Amino acid sequence: MFEFINTLLIGLTSGAIYALMALSIVLVWRSTRVINFAQAGQALASSYFGFEALKYVDSFWLALIIAMVGGALLAAFIEIAFMRVMLKHTTSGPIANVAPIIATLGLLQIIHSTIPMKWGGADVLISPPLSNVGFSIGEETLAFSPMKLAIVMLVTLLLLFFTLIFQKTNIGLSLRASAFSPELARLAGVRVDRIRTLGWAFSGATGSVAGLLLVVNGTGSLSPTSLEFSLLLISGFIAAVIGGLESLLGAVIGGLLLGLVTAFVLMYVSDSLFFIAPFIVLLVVLIARPQGILGKKGGRRA
Amino acid sequence: MSLEVRNLTVSHGAITAISDVSFSVREGELVAIIGANGAGKSTLLRTLSGLKEASHGVASWNGHNLLKGKAESHVRHGVAHVSEGKSVIPELTVEENLDLGAIWRRNKSEAAATKSEIFALFPRLHERLNQSADTLSGGERQMLAIGRALMSKPKLLLLDEPSLGLAPLLVKQIFDAISDISRKYGLSVVLVEQNAMGALKIADSGIVVNLGKIVMTGKSHDLINDPAVQAAYLGY
Repeated sequence: MFEFINTLLIGLTSGAIYALMALSIVLVWRSTRVINFAQAGQALASSYFGFEALKYVDSFWLALIIAMVGGALLAAFIEIAFMRVMLKHTTSGPIANVAPIIATLGLLQIIHSTIPMKWGGADVLISPPLSNVGFSIGEETLAFSPMKLAIVMLVTLLLLFFTLIFQKTNIGLSLRASAFSPELARLAGVRVDRIRTLGWAFSGATGSVAGLLLVVNGTGSLSPTSLEFSLLLISGFIAAVIGGLESLLGAVIGGLLLGLVTAFVLMYVSDSLFFIAPFIVLLVVLIARPQGILGKKGGRRA
Repeated sequence: MSLEVRNLTVSHGAITAISDVSFSVREGELVAIIGANGAGKSTLLRTLSGLKEASHGVASWNGHNLLKGKAESHVRHGVAHVSEGKSVIPELTVEENLDLGAIWRRNKSEAAATKSEIFALFPRLHERLNQSADTLSGGERQMLAIGRALMSKPKLLLLDEPSLGLAPLLVKQIFDAISDISRKYGLSVVLVEQNAMGALKIADSGIVVNLGKIVMTGKSHDLINDPAVQAAYLGY
C-alpha cells in the first residue's frame, strides 16, 4: 500500500512537469499551428538563463521568473526571425505545413550546439529552493517532498492562469481566433502577427518553468547533452498528443496520465521499460481515441 | 464619405482576375455587383478589404488608401468585410464571434450598445448566445457573420454572396435585413451576388462584371428592365 502511494506521488510530480512541457507545445500549436520541436532546446536554454540569473540573485523563484522572461523573449525572437519569414514564403500546399515543423528540428540542433559555447559542456548545478527530503508519516518517508509539492502547485497555478487568459480575456479571444481562422481574425481587426508572437512567448515562458523544475526535481545538474531534456521533449510531445493537442486541460491530463503510467510500469513491471512505456501509452491512446483524450471527434476544418 | 475605385487591376500570378475596374459608392448607397461565377467579384472585395494585393490602380475609402496596409487596419477606418461562405469561426461561441468583431474598439460600453442593436436585428443570435457557432443553421451563421461585421461599427460594408446556399425564404430575410441595415445606419454597402434579381431589388444601383471587367452599370431598376441583363443574369 505504501509503495503504491509512493508510486502515485512520483508519477504525479513527473507527470506535472510533462504537463508543463505539453502545455508549451499546445500553446504554440493553438496560436500558430506549428509543432515546435525546438521547445526542448528552448527549455534547456532557459534553464541556463536561470542558472546565470542565480549568480546575481539569491532566490530560486526570482531566477525562475527571470528565466521565464528570457524564455519568452527567445521564443518571440524565434517566431519573428524564423517562423514569420518562413510562413511568408510558403503560403500553401503540403510544404507550407511541413516546412515550419522541420525548421524547428533544425533550431533544436542549433540551440543545443550554441549552449556549450557560452556555458561549456560540463554539468552545472542548480540547488533546489526547497527540501527534497520526503514528508514523513510515522516511521515511513513519503516520496513526496516540499519541492515536489511546490512543483504540483505551480503547474496547477499556470494551468489556471492560461485557462483564464484564453477563455476570459480579449487577448485569449485574439489568440484563439488567430489560430482557428487567421483571415477572419484579420478582418475583425486582430493584429495576427503580434498575437502569434505573443503565443510563442507564452509557450517559451511555460517551457522555461518545465526546464528548471525538471532540474530541481532531479539531481540538480544541468548539461547541454542532458538526457532528461530529450526525454522531456518526447514526454511533453506525447502528453500533448494524447491530450488532443487543442486543449490546455487535455495537455495537463495527458502529462499526468503519462507520468502515472510510466511510474507504475517502472515500479511494478520492469524498469527496463523506461524508454518504451511512454510510447506504449501513446499507441494505446491513439488506437482507442485517435482524436486524443479531450480532442473533438472528426477534428477541425483546416 | 465615399468609396472610390479607379483603374483597379488584380492578378493571381499570371492570370488577371480584375482588369481596369472603376466605380464609386456614395455614403448610404447600396451597390450590387452581379456576374457569373469566376467573374472576379470576390477578388474585388478581397482587394478592397486588404486581404489581396492589387497590381495596379487606386482604391480609397473616405480618403483612406485601401491598397496600402493590411486588413486589420482597414477595419479601424470603418471598412467591414463579410467574406464568402458564412464567415464565422465555428470553434467559438456566438457571443465570442460577436465580441471578436469589436475586439479593437477601445470603448467597451459602446461596443456593448452595438451588441444590443444586433440582438434587436437578429433575435436568434441572442437566443443562441452561448452555443458554439458550429451548431447554427446556415441562415443563422450568415446572420452571425453580418453581426460580427456590424460589431466594428462600419461605415462601409462589403458583403460577399450572403445568399449562398440558403433556402429561398431565408434569402429574402437576409436581403431585407441588409436593406434595413443600410438605410437605418446610412451604411454604404457593396453587395456581391450571384442572385442578381434579389440583389438588384434592394440595391440603389448595380454593376455587371464579366471576366474581370465591368460590362454595364446603372440604376438597379434600369438594369432589372434591361433585356440584355434579363437574358444573361435574371433568367428570363
